Amino acid sequence: MSLPLGSQAPAFMLRNVEGVERSLASYADAELLALIQSCNHCPYVLAWEGRMIDLQRAYGDRGVRLVALNSNDARRFPEDSFDRMVVHASEQGFNFDYLHDPEQLLARELGSQRTPEVFLFDRDRRLVYHGAIDDSRDDSAVSQHYLRDALDATLAGQPPPVAETAPMGCTVKWLAQ
Amino acid sequence: MATVGLAVPEPAKIEFLYFADCPSHPEALALLRSVLDDHDVESEIDILELTTDAEARALAFPGSPTIRIDGRDVDPGGASARPALTCRIYRLPDGRVSPLPTREQIEEALK
Repeated sequence: MSLPLGSQAPAFMLRNVEGVERSLASYADAELLALIQSCNHCPYVLAWEGRMIDLQRAYGDRGVRLVALNSNDARRFPEDSFDRMVVHASEQGFNFDYLHDPEQLLARELGSQRTPEVFLFDRDRRLVYHGAIDDSRDDSAVSQHYLRDALDATLAGQPPPVAETAPMGCTVKWLAQ
Repeated sequence: MATVGLAVPEPAKIEFLYFADCPSHPEALALLRSVLDDHDVESEIDILELTTDAEARALAFPGSPTIRIDGRDVDPGGASARPALTCRIYRLPDGRVSPLPTREQIEEALK
């Protein structure tokens, strides 16, 4: 089950692709924090990554921080290893942190199901939007900009017009129990 | 652009392999059926759901969905990817990535 709306952001301590440990407190200066469950190999993620970069570029000056998170089991899916994350972030020109969650602790706290899947937290780090970035993997067919609308509303002190949507993408590749 | 009505050889075997957790398979199967209808292809589609890593390896399944026409993958360039129960990456002519093939790729494999 995904983290309910209004919940506090879970604490974490994870390494980014620069090898730096990041915690929730590392983003304390951010007005809004969007944790995005992601990975290297999912075609849905690859289709949306350009829009993630665009959003960070458009909203960075207003205190929005996007942070991508890869929790996939790299033993079954070697393309999701930390080393491949480093290469992928460089190749794609990520302008946001890309965190490795090899024990899947943060993914479990969030209740992530898909990649990509957005968890947007407000200034008080309460979950205000959860779900898809927008309504189409095809960027030429987007009609509903869920995350962008949620950012605009929350920055203006208003609730997002749509607070929850169904994420569309690959499943999180969980470790074998 | 679809080439409606263009005659193609009737395939002996059309396979549609998928992994249910990947959400692209209904759209891909509908696309395949649309292409077959457009070309008056009457061959049955063998639809196979894969559920284990062992099945993926045994069938050299590079991801969901995978479409083979008389054994020929509709995206030969992606057919050799490591077998896995995951969504398949298709690269479009404009460089973008898609979780399903294009109509043109399926039509090409029918020729």
